[in-house]
Amino acid sequence: MFEATPLNQRNDTRQKLFRFGLGTMTGLLILPVVLILGTLIYKGAPVISFEFLFTGPTKGMTAGGIFPALLGTILLVLVALIASVPLGIAAAIYLSEYAADNWFTRTINLAIINLAGVPSIVHALFGVGAFVIFFRFGTSILAASLTLAIMTLPVVIVATRESLQAVPMAFREACWNMGATRWQTIRRVVLPNAITGILTGVILEVSRTAGETAPIMFTGAAFFLPLLPQSVFDQTMALSLHLFVVSTQVPGMPENLPFGVALVLISMVLLMNSLSIALRMYLRGKKKW
Amino acid sequence: MVSAGAAPLSEETVSSQVKLGVRDLHISYHHVTALEGVNFDIHEHEIFGIIGPANAGKTSFLKAINRMDMFTPEMKVEGKITFNSVDVSRIRNVYGLRSRIGVVFPLPVGLPLSIYDNVALSPRLRGQKNRAELDVIVERCLTRAALWDEVKDRLDSLGSMLSGGQQQRLTIARALSQDPEMLMLDEFSIAVDPVTTMRIEDVLKELRKEVTIILVTNLVQQARRLADRTAFFLDGRCVEVGVTEDLFTGEVKDQRTRDYVEGRFG
Repeated sequence: MFEATPLNQRNDTRQKLFRFGLGTMTGLLILPVVLILGTLIYKGAPVISFEFLFTGPTKGMTAGGIFPALLGTILLVLVALIASVPLGIAAAIYLSEYAADNWFTRTINLAIINLAGVPSIVHALFGVGAFVIFFRFGTSILAASLTLAIMTLPVVIVATRESLQAVPMAFREACWNMGATRWQTIRRVVLPNAITGILTGVILEVSRTAGETAPIMFTGAAFFLPLLPQSVFDQTMALSLHLFVVSTQVPGMPENLPFGVALVLISMVLLMNSLSIALRMYLRGKKKW
Repeated sequence: MVSAGAAPLSEETVSSQVKLGVRDLHISYHHVTALEGVNFDIHEHEIFGIIGPANAGKTSFLKAINRMDMFTPEMKVEGKITFNSVDVSRIRNVYGLRSRIGVVFPLPVGLPLSIYDNVALSPRLRGQKNRAELDVIVERCLTRAALWDEVKDRLDSLGSMLSGGQQQRLTIARALSQDPEMLMLDEFSIAVDPVTTMRIEDVLKELRKEVTIILVTNLVQQARRLADRTAFFLDGRCVEVGVTEDLFTGEVKDQRTRDYVEGRFG
């Protein structure tokens, strides 16, 4: 009764073939990740030490640590966050909850998506023109952070808008029917249920900016500075640029040092990503529909 | 009372009897008519049934009453609807209008808040912050919606995790927490089991002492059980309005009404 017909056998063979093929592709995908991380840890880990993380470079950067660059990257990302997150979330709330669905809104949405696709070097040149020269911030943390902020703004907006639109329309309608204003509805029902997605989306996207080099190298990041920045109007060193410098620009560099810098940079990004995932799991456990 | 087809109500014509007056209502979406020729009054403390098949314009009618057409740009409402003798199209404070009218939807909408917060939401929107007052409101509304006994020990759990029938009673409790003058139920029993439906129907019979109820239903027998008067909507027109029993005992003016209530089409 249940003997396999030739058709059954053919289908079964085909299914096994596809499972094998798709599985192999997935394996190939993991390979570069493992190789990169493996090499970085193997060659970079011996360099990492307390001194490496918390002292400045010495002997023309061929020795000593990376503290000014590490601090600089953290400062750049922080100031960029402060500038882009409130603005991006506000714009996303307006676009998702208030703006009428007409050609104008659709044009703005399209523009935002396109802005996310602009190459970072173009943002860098915009930053030079706007912040360094026009607003006279000079090459400074402020100018570099604002350039990063402009660059991350579209992704913050898109991530926020998607989280807002994942909240079912029926919740809003129930609230409006009770006599709630749009803002009361946003404040009491929409935001509390979208905040998980907003936070994690924002952290994920912003962690990318930690690794950006082009937007900061003309606007505020320096090759080498003997002193730490005193205000946002000073220049700073940054991990990404420092990695480029120690890898290609300095003769007589110990072989392992660039790997150490890369390992610290990638650890920072991974740390932020894990934080965002942990936060998402924590908040998701609290809210559900 | 103003008879159907009378001159449009002026705002001075105050009648304590008429809760909702509808004159020459015409609703369209993108210039396609969804409902037209509606003329009737709904009286205070009555249960007014609206029956009719899908696409008859029943839900559009409810949306026009509490001005939810504002959220649907392509929806156009003409004619006149008065609530407490005030033309709703002239009300600036639509929030005040909506908070006086509780709405229950076909599918239960338990907001992803705790059971307590679901019911306390409307009082909070009105600025009530006193926890003791809120406790009283929450218990009263859940009790009146016949849900209190089932949830009193877990008011902190999510309203959206209740069963369908419980969520629908939660929705009713939430509507009651508005302290509404009128309750509009749109096919409330569509996702509810028969036992819960009966319990909610009993709740509605109790509530009519205090509020005016518009009961939109696709179950003609439900209208017969509950409604004092019933309107029959068909294909975007109000075919007939009358005392409910008359619609079922042959005193109808239109053959289509008889066919519909006797289940010969629809």
